[in-house]
Amino acid sequence: MSFLDFFRDKLKQGAPGDNGNADRGIMVFENTGEVIQAEDVLKREGWEVRVMGPPPEIQSGCDLVIEFPLIEKLNILRTLEGEGIPPLQMVPVTGPLLQPVDIFQVKDFGEYLMVRAANMKLTVEKATGTIVNISGGGCPDVPYLASAMVGKSLRDAPSPREIGHTLCGYSLQLAYEEARRRCLA
Amino acid sequence: MLGIAGTIPMEDVPLLTGRLTMSDGDILIEGRRIPVSRGTSALIGAAVKTSEALGTPEPFGYIVGDIGRGVGSRHLYKHLVDTFAESAFHTFTFHYLQPIVHWHNRLQQVIQEMDKRPVLVADAGFMYVAKMSGHAPMYDLFTPDIGELAFLADEMAPHPFYTRGFILHEENRVADLIARAYEHNNAARFLLVKGEKDCLADREGILCEVDGPVEEAMEAIGGTGDTLTGIVSALICSGMDMKEAAAVAMRTNRLAGYYSRPTPATQIIDIIRHIPRALEDTLG
Repeated sequence: MSFLDFFRDKLKQGAPGDNGNADRGIMVFENTGEVIQAEDVLKREGWEVRVMGPPPEIQSGCDLVIEFPLIEKLNILRTLEGEGIPPLQMVPVTGPLLQPVDIFQVKDFGEYLMVRAANMKLTVEKATGTIVNISGGGCPDVPYLASAMVGKSLRDAPSPREIGHTLCGYSLQLAYEEARRRCLA
Repeated sequence: MLGIAGTIPMEDVPLLTGRLTMSDGDILIEGRRIPVSRGTSALIGAAVKTSEALGTPEPFGYIVGDIGRGVGSRHLYKHLVDTFAESAFHTFTFHYLQPIVHWHNRLQQVIQEMDKRPVLVADAGFMYVAKMSGHAPMYDLFTPDIGELAFLADEMAPHPFYTRGFILHEENRVADLIARAYEHNNAARFLLVKGEKDCLADREGILCEVDGPVEEAMEAIGGTGDTLTGIVSALICSGMDMKEAAAVAMRTNRLAGYYSRPTPATQIIDIIRHIPRALEDTLG
């Protein structure tokens, strides 16, 4: 690895840590589906980015933003433009951002296991890994996700990240990942 | 009459408006057949069954397809903004809509200007946007589950996805969460909370609780909150006061679940089928 490569990797890591976010920016997108796509692309390319809640002044509804290392603005913009998902805005972080929920609650029903993330619950039959129910949530993709996932196994069901569009869909993705971790390990 | 607005998870369904009935376990509206699954169709199924059992008029629906992109929701918001002032509902229940603050506020403006506004019930995405917009006290009833109650109690969270951990850890302290939601004006006039014990509360605290029958599996079944909202909406519209309607709805929803002999794999239509019997027992 050359010195420049090493330096670039350090820049890519660029996570803010707990002692400030002056070097961080946020990207705002048209909708949550684009946020999820952009997060996938940027993580695949090795960027250290985080999905966060927007500051109050730009909240419009069911929102997510992506926090990124500000110094890499042009490189990231070029990457996203290449994928056809340019952000609406890229602005510096000026205050604390909302943290997505990171607490899971698990309930064991004997033959079934229920995993909850935020307001979303996903229940799996342990013996088969089949998703038997999805409950909670209030955004319109929740019934859609339930109709696409219930009755399928954790291995075969589409992930909420692929077909969801809202924060409830994103919460369900977290529950889905935790259920896979517990049931398919 | 009871009005219901919400989305169904079928992208190709245009805005449908009309009387709601059920046949062979499906919802019928404007000659279209919609299968009952969790979400607004479950709420409608419960409201139709309750209205049939009470002998009150069928609910009137505003239904549109939306799989989360928000296109159908925007169409529905616009239709409501354009037409709601001319409506004359006794009770109106807003349900699965994409939370979009500016559309919510436009609709609220229309409702505020009405000479006689309906009893306003909000659940799911519309409850989220009502809280997010800072207009929660304009509503008569919210019907959160425990996780959503924690969201209402967190004055900083614009969506349940951002409910702070220290508040989520308070979930076994329902009375404290209710008090916190009212303290920050993030609750409707009444809260009907679905949980281990269901309860009705207002700014003064918990008014009544129902804790039986107990079926633990109900927590995992998608749509059991939707059916509770549908039952209570139809009962309010029948002329019951809020406290009686909530007590009957909580008991009926639990009994319908009990009669279905539920497992965590039970589907909501199997519970809706038992609502008439459960309601008869509760009122009997």
